[in-house]
Amino acid sequence: MKLTKKQNDQGAKAPRGLLGASVNRRSFLKSSGITGGGAALAFAGGPSMLTKAHATTAGPKAGVETKVIRSVCTHCSVGCGVMAEVQDGVWTGQEPDFKSPINLGAHCAKGASVREHGHGERRLKYPMKLVGGKWTKVSWDTAIGEIGDQMLKIREESSPDSVYWLGSAKFNNEQAYLFRKFAALWGTNNVDHQARICHSTTVAGVANTWGYGAMTNSYNDMQNSKAMFFIGSNAAEAHPVAMQHILKAKESGSKLIVCDPRFTRTAAHADQFIQMRPGTDVPLIWGMMWHIFENGWEDKEFINQRVYGMDEIRTEVAKWDPAETERVTGIPEAGVKQAAQTLAENRPGTVVWCMGGTQHTIGNNNTRSYCILQLALGNMGVSGGGTNIFRGHDNVQGATDMCVLSHSLPGYFGLSGGAWKHWSSVWDLDVDWVTARFDPEAYETIKDKPVPTMNRPGMPVSRWIDGVLEDPDNIAQKDNIRAMVLWGHAPNSQTRGPEMKKAMEKLDLLVVIDPYPTHSAVLPDRQEGMYLLPACTQFETSGSVTASNRSLQWRDKVIEPLFESLPDHTIMSKFAKKFGIHDELFKNIEVNGEEPLIEDITREFNKGMWTIGYTGQSPERIKEHMANRHTFDTTTLQAVGGPLDGEYYGLPWPCWGTADMKHPGTPNLYDTSKAVAEGGLNFRARFGVERDGVNLLAEGSYSVGAEIEDGYPEFTADILKQMGWWDELTAEEKVLAEGKNWKTDRSGGIQRVAIKHGCAPFGNAKARAVVWTFPDPVPIHREPLYTARYDLVADYPTYEDRKSHYRLPTRYGSIQATDYSGDYPLIHTSGRLVEYEGGGDESRSNPWLAELQQDMFVEINPADANDVGIQDEQQVWLEGPEGGKIKVKAMVTSRVARGVVFTPFHFGGHYQGEDLLDKYPEGAAPYVRGESDNTTMTYGYDSVTQMQESKCSLCKITAA
Amino acid sequence: MARMKFLCDAERCIECNGCVTACKNEHEVPWGVNRRRVVTLGDGEPGEKSISVACMHCTDAPCQAVCPVDCFYTTDDGIVLHDKNLCIGCGYCFYACPFGAPQYPQQSSFGARGKMDKCTFCAGGPEDDLSDAEYERYGRNRIAEGALPLCAEMCATKALIAGDGDEVADIYRERVLQRGGRPQTWGWETAYQEG
Repeated sequence: MKLTKKQNDQGAKAPRGLLGASVNRRSFLKSSGITGGGAALAFAGGPSMLTKAHATTAGPKAGVETKVIRSVCTHCSVGCGVMAEVQDGVWTGQEPDFKSPINLGAHCAKGASVREHGHGERRLKYPMKLVGGKWTKVSWDTAIGEIGDQMLKIREESSPDSVYWLGSAKFNNEQAYLFRKFAALWGTNNVDHQARICHSTTVAGVANTWGYGAMTNSYNDMQNSKAMFFIGSNAAEAHPVAMQHILKAKESGSKLIVCDPRFTRTAAHADQFIQMRPGTDVPLIWGMMWHIFENGWEDKEFINQRVYGMDEIRTEVAKWDPAETERVTGIPEAGVKQAAQTLAENRPGTVVWCMGGTQHTIGNNNTRSYCILQLALGNMGVSGGGTNIFRGHDNVQGATDMCVLSHSLPGYFGLSGGAWKHWSSVWDLDVDWVTARFDPEAYETIKDKPVPTMNRPGMPVSRWIDGVLEDPDNIAQKDNIRAMVLWGHAPNSQTRGPEMKKAMEKLDLLVVIDPYPTHSAVLPDRQEGMYLLPACTQFETSGSVTASNRSLQWRDKVIEPLFESLPDHTIMSKFAKKFGIHDELFKNIEVNGEEPLIEDITREFNKGMWTIGYTGQSPERIKEHMANRHTFDTTTLQAVGGPLDGEYYGLPWPCWGTADMKHPGTPNLYDTSKAVAEGGLNFRARFGVERDGVNLLAEGSYSVGAEIEDGYPEFTADILKQMGWWDELTAEEKVLAEGKNWKTDRSGGIQRVAIKHGCAPFGNAKARAVVWTFPDPVPIHREPLYTARYDLVADYPTYEDRKSHYRLPTRYGSIQATDYSGDYPLIHTSGRLVEYEGGGDESRSNPWLAELQQDMFVEINPADANDVGIQDEQQVWLEGPEGGKIKVKAMVTSRVARGVVFTPFHFGGHYQGEDLLDKYPEGAAPYVRGESDNTTMTYGYDSVTQMQESKCSLCKITAA
Repeated sequence: MARMKFLCDAERCIECNGCVTACKNEHEVPWGVNRRRVVTLGDGEPGEKSISVACMHCTDAPCQAVCPVDCFYTTDDGIVLHDKNLCIGCGYCFYACPFGAPQYPQQSSFGARGKMDKCTFCAGGPEDDLSDAEYERYGRNRIAEGALPLCAEMCATKALIAGDGDEVADIYRERVLQRGGRPQTWGWETAYQEG
């Protein structure tokens, strides 16, 4: 039977019949469905053939018993409840979860299509090995045996640091925790995940401002906001269900301001839209603060009581008068002032940001400037206020908290000797045994003292390619990275595509563990030394997941793992056995067959995560919350009556003390209007008690009911004794608490007693507007490495190159020294589409989603299109200044300003004009493939976290 | 008796396509057939508005009026359905429909859904309620299960509302009152010559 592409035309004809010649993004793309859908058809017989198969096998059957199983959407961090209908082990229906207080039944395109996970037509079905350039099916045992042997050889020859464990925000909390522990027991800190390239600059910037690096309030709480200020966040596409709460607030009179280089779908709903030049966040915020200070709109009492360093900010802000702000950002005074005035006159207001703010060489400066704006307005620690930082992946908050990160152990304990001692004791392992797993050498000296690898951050995911390619003499570990494990990671979400291809080809061993083959399977030209191992999705296992608002939810298993796929924690147990660390890894965790018991893993991290209060959320409590989710108020998230009366949905962390203490969770961070025992808090005492003679503790501000009615330092055993509260500990608690503090006391007694007296275990301090430990203590503007405004480089230069940052040399000034803006005149920025997520391998393999976005494209302003002589729908080459180029379709639209082009980053499977279809394992290619925009995105990393710069690069566009 | 209607609140629609994939999911609608779609007007320009469109289940349905084989019928709830056993796939209803609702799959070899296909308001077809044959030809019958169309039930922002016309109107009226303005559904400005 010959199949053609004709069926795609229906999508285009109908809306035109309705609305004349109106062209929008969808009809534009649907009418161009020839290449996308057509190739998919030629490859596998066509989606409609598959769909027919579904209709007879996967639809609901009359008269067959239906089980309803509850899970949580695996796409973004909103945490929408999913109700799965299952018949005979087949996922036959999906119902709205009206009882969930988070989404109230709602879904976006991705959430409404998750049942497709139960079809899994394009999944990676078996373990595969590359033999002579061809994918060959192998057994799990063969794969683990061969990979394990090679890794152990590399470990012997080069050190454990030559194997890189790249984990995932797609893990549930238990898997994320286990993965970090697994890497530690392998003996390396070369472990990381997508949070590095997502919100690492947020976590670092925000935690260093007031204590914790997370979203302070919740999506639901935004209903209480009088103003909502979005910068670099396109919630309508990236967090659509959040818009339910946002639009509800707007309908109640809240003012919505959107700052973005693009007129986004979120901007379409805004009261004010500010179209800034990419990378000018700090100037825009300081420009607004200039008006705030000029008019005395700042909250002086709040600043006096709860903020350190605002005077230094004032000095910097004074430089950003309306003229200078306009010169740098492109926004005239009226717009800047209007935004400032709206925020001043409508309190409490909230600030929301996403990748538009974080993915910059000065990402940490951006995030701190947003925080400072909120501190100046006194909008912190109040319902309706806060910094509502929308996280990306469904469990990127949890995976960050579990520290699948190269610079910390779970719970942000860091890598100090004390941190290792704490976790070794939780693991019930001898810290000397753990230490012996690492390369004992020191390759870096800190304050003239050599520090061994165990206590130094590993390489970040953003730089793993340099870990492979860099001269080994320049890197702070024994040898290059020789084996790379991409465990739930889309490589096309990372910049510098051509160099990544080279790195993938240079490796001794490349292992991909994922439900889909991913772009990794097809990007490198290799003949062997590469494996694909099928992991199952989160619908095929169970465990807890942390939404952006810090609430934990529990997923039950919907279906058994498809094909030969396995849950991630089972795969970890297989590797652990091969490496001889199984007994240590699972010392206090039951393993059934090869599958570790998820609940035992939850209980283990409950025993150690005191820093951020992941201790009170026992599996039993989380499950009870799921069962009673209808009893929670949909604005406050607090249970009203019922068995969980007074608790907050999902026990948002910090949920202090042990589960027995029944802390209700903390709905809004730093909110002094509630007692700590009831979810209240104040800013954390994290940076000392005094600096240059200035008091860093809060003054005259404390949470309701605190017996210390002023600032106080963090609690330790000694402080309890000084306060005369020591004897309130039980005899057992005293044994564990002696010599410890609120973070390391494994009894939870110090936290319990502090809270009993109304105090926050972590002390009560001021937030700091000046982070004296960062390269730029006061956030300042620096032009991007590749800037279109080279005339501003003299005034706002980047940093000097650094010799070793996260083990690697890092370039700044040496790149900015060259002006590329002549040959590459357009600013290139990137972002999301609602239908796809991340690298898109999962969502582009879902026909219900893939049909809606069939082509990779570039948005270009009509003026720029005319300047280079290209027209709408035409194929163009987009080339970056480092030489990467992509062949994509032009979408001519005034959504982007003149001089700026936008590309979505979800596409993969093409490389520099070539469709790599033939390189996928048979039957596992996504329905829609396209160029990865990161093939053209360039060098550039944040000065604190090594976040990649993927929001402003340069490019040129020519007709293809 | 109910009179089933859809309403899409243009102030709330964010063009997330949740309704589109909910429909695909619920009825296993094949690639290329779009019972529901989201239309955006003034894409990328200030004033951009989106609305979700499907069969509007007209009271005096033009498709029904012109069908040469008379395959359309209206249920007691006011839902316009058709019988694929009678449909000849001529496309005359496509001429008549003001909303571009009728869809024509290309692969007639795939049986019943090769005939004209459109939104059923999740009410199936003439076959026995909740039978496998009904599911095969028209998709799931939520109305018979006591539920409303999944597109509206899953709408991300509750922009798309479905149900008895009176109840839909009540929900929308309450929203308009809350906003403190006049109705902002798509078409209002045209109808009253505003702006």
